[in-house]
Amino acid sequence: MAFASIFVPEFIVQAVVRAEPGLREKPVAIVDGNPPLCRVVAANEKARCAGIECGMSKLNAAQFAGVEIRPRSVAQEKSTHAALLDIGWSVSPRIEDSAPDAIVLDISGLTFLFSSEEKIAARLMELSRECGWTAQVATAANVDTAWIAARGFPGITVIPAGQEAKMLGRLPVSALSLPPEISETLHRWGIHTCAALAALPMQELSERLGQEGIRLHTLARGARSRSMAIAEAENTFEEEMELDDGVEDLEPLSFLLGRLLDQLSARLRARSLAAASIRVRFELEATFEGGPIAAMGQKNPRGTYQRDLQLPVPASDSKMLLKLLRLRLQGDTPGAPIVGIVIAAEAARPRAAQGGLFLPSFPDPEKLELTIARITHVVGEENVGSPALLDTHRPGEFQMRRFVARPEVSGNFAAGPASRNFPDTSAASFRIFRPALPAKLELRDRQPARLIFQDKRGEVLAAAGPWRTSGDWWREDPWDQDEWDLEVCFPSEGKRVKAGSPATDRATDQIKERTGERGRYRIYYDALRKSWFVRGIYD
Amino acid sequence: MSSRAATLRLHCETLLAGRVSAPFDLRNAPSVETVSAGIAPIDRLTGGLPRGSLTEIYGPPSSGITSVLVSALASLTAASEVCALVDARDSFDPHSAQAAGVRLEQLLWIRCRNVDQAVRATDLLIQGGGFGLIALDLSDIPPQAVRYVPLNVWFRFRRAVEHTPTIFVICEQESTAKSCASLVLRMETQEARWRHTESGRLEHHGAHTPGCLLDGWSNTAEVIRSRARREGWISENSISPGAGAGGSSIDFETRTLWNLHSFAGKFLSVGGPPHR
Repeated sequence: MAFASIFVPEFIVQAVVRAEPGLREKPVAIVDGNPPLCRVVAANEKARCAGIECGMSKLNAAQFAGVEIRPRSVAQEKSTHAALLDIGWSVSPRIEDSAPDAIVLDISGLTFLFSSEEKIAARLMELSRECGWTAQVATAANVDTAWIAARGFPGITVIPAGQEAKMLGRLPVSALSLPPEISETLHRWGIHTCAALAALPMQELSERLGQEGIRLHTLARGARSRSMAIAEAENTFEEEMELDDGVEDLEPLSFLLGRLLDQLSARLRARSLAAASIRVRFELEATFEGGPIAAMGQKNPRGTYQRDLQLPVPASDSKMLLKLLRLRLQGDTPGAPIVGIVIAAEAARPRAAQGGLFLPSFPDPEKLELTIARITHVVGEENVGSPALLDTHRPGEFQMRRFVARPEVSGNFAAGPASRNFPDTSAASFRIFRPALPAKLELRDRQPARLIFQDKRGEVLAAAGPWRTSGDWWREDPWDQDEWDLEVCFPSEGKRVKAGSPATDRATDQIKERTGERGRYRIYYDALRKSWFVRGIYD
Repeated sequence: MSSRAATLRLHCETLLAGRVSAPFDLRNAPSVETVSAGIAPIDRLTGGLPRGSLTEIYGPPSSGITSVLVSALASLTAASEVCALVDARDSFDPHSAQAAGVRLEQLLWIRCRNVDQAVRATDLLIQGGGFGLIALDLSDIPPQAVRYVPLNVWFRFRRAVEHTPTIFVICEQESTAKSCASLVLRMETQEARWRHTESGRLEHHGAHTPGCLLDGWSNTAEVIRSRARREGWISENSISPGAGAGGSSIDFETRTLWNLHSFAGKFLSVGGPPHR
């Protein structure tokens, strides 16, 4: 059996630094408690060297120049712990959730994949760095030895089987997480290292310290063997951030979203997954409402703003996700300062891109989604997509669907476009006026004679119709129309003739003879609205 | 003389060795891949729509611009290519397009309200890349409004699609892209054909319909500019059998959908125009 353990030293500090990478090289002190009784609960090595101590008040800590003071973030600690578990699951399916700052992995058999325990430890260290913190990794033949070694030794430690007592012997007894009273007793006895503790006779130790003494003696020798408590893998990926001051502008908000998405993407990649959809939720600042309540200074309760972003293909590129989120938020702002951000991803297997020699050119799905989002920002969401016809006879009915480009090899493409035989005729296409243009139609012998619309007056050269359609009488918006196909000739500006004038007939003949602006229109009489409309033009 | 020329040639080749591989070899003009427009006479006239170039189709309303565009969309979507249509006035009819063979699920349709939106959307699409055909339909926009689009926009579009497999088509009432376009087609319409019966009524598949039916019409397509022809990428003989005078124009028929497909007798007749 072989086990590995990852330990995140100064966990509280590193959880905050993970969300604010600029603090990595600076002395940082974390304070907690209700103001004004905030006290330092954690500090990194540089802050301790500068003189910061745990338990110090925030006011005292602020006296030290150059020390960054940040409030403790339980949300960030939760996210960091979840990311730590994700790292474990990315390497081994069997992990133990030992503590908020440490996990233990069962790495038995993984040497077939990673060739050695050193490489497994190096991989765990690399994943930790990608997730934004510094970790200590140790491997050993039993769970507790790996766990103690990870806490006690910096960097990577590999303990060969049989060498546990020798390796752990160098560690101070505090590495065994002693209870305070036993720690004090051992200190009085002059026992400071694990080697010294392991050298004590077990029987005498048990007489003085009881069963706890035997347990500590076994731990110090690295001989304790126990089973792991296996943690269940979760498929939820959530990153959270609380803000001291409300953020209203998109630019600083994008900066924060980028950080969270980077963390989320790193976690997804660590599990070899991608995001199928992203859900963003903003906690909005409580606002004062107008009116008499405002005079009393009463605040509205906090609101939330939530939006879902469906992706055409699973993606884990944080930059692309940030661009999509930005475009989404540009057209749909929260409308109040944001004091909390939660981003959750629905995980899915990443897209396996299989290129083909015979596939036609095809837009990259991620790039296409970004392009569509940008165009949506210009023309509106309802105006971009793929048209789909509906199962109805109602004229002009269709719906816009989300455009998802899928590559496929058709028989036609395999044969090559040039090899296909195309007809000598083309199919007549139609252009629709949306909405239909109101028109006036003059009749002569019950046949259309003159069409007037958009300040244009045209002579009808030929007409076919009426084609009567009606339907949806059971709905609130039924239709009942008589359609006509007309060929209309519009005279030029100078030769327009007023309807009903004596010269009309002569002018009509002239128009028919000369080449004017000629068009073939489809018009209809709406029996419900009792008026004429031009539906569109054949082109 | 020939020996001196050979000596000079050898001298030049020696000097240029390592920098120019074959200084005296004649390089052929780059060939351009073309795709069928979906109408055989148009293909014979133009050699097809060139990829990586700007194609301009213009003409007055009802001149057949949309029919040519929809045929090209049908041709490309049938070959599983992804196409995009930027519709400046939201006038595209998906019903007639699908009946003409366009696979609507392969078509990204962008419905704009003005030229500005259309140009911006086109810019984004071209930058995105990967489309087989991008069509900018300005047919319903008055020519005066289209002329406000700066010429450098068309130059930019031409440069953006260069060396890509995308066919970029602009449809409008008057030519505006000028020399930016590799292929310019001018469309004109002829008389429409109406089907009449002596009895004044048509009997078709048992359906009783009015006595007149729009059968179709003739169109004329004229090549105003063709880079492929000018630079000899396609030979005149291969493209122009059946073309009109001078080989630069051709007539073709456009048939209405009920004339192309079997008439289903969907419509019922009434005895005259509706009552007002």
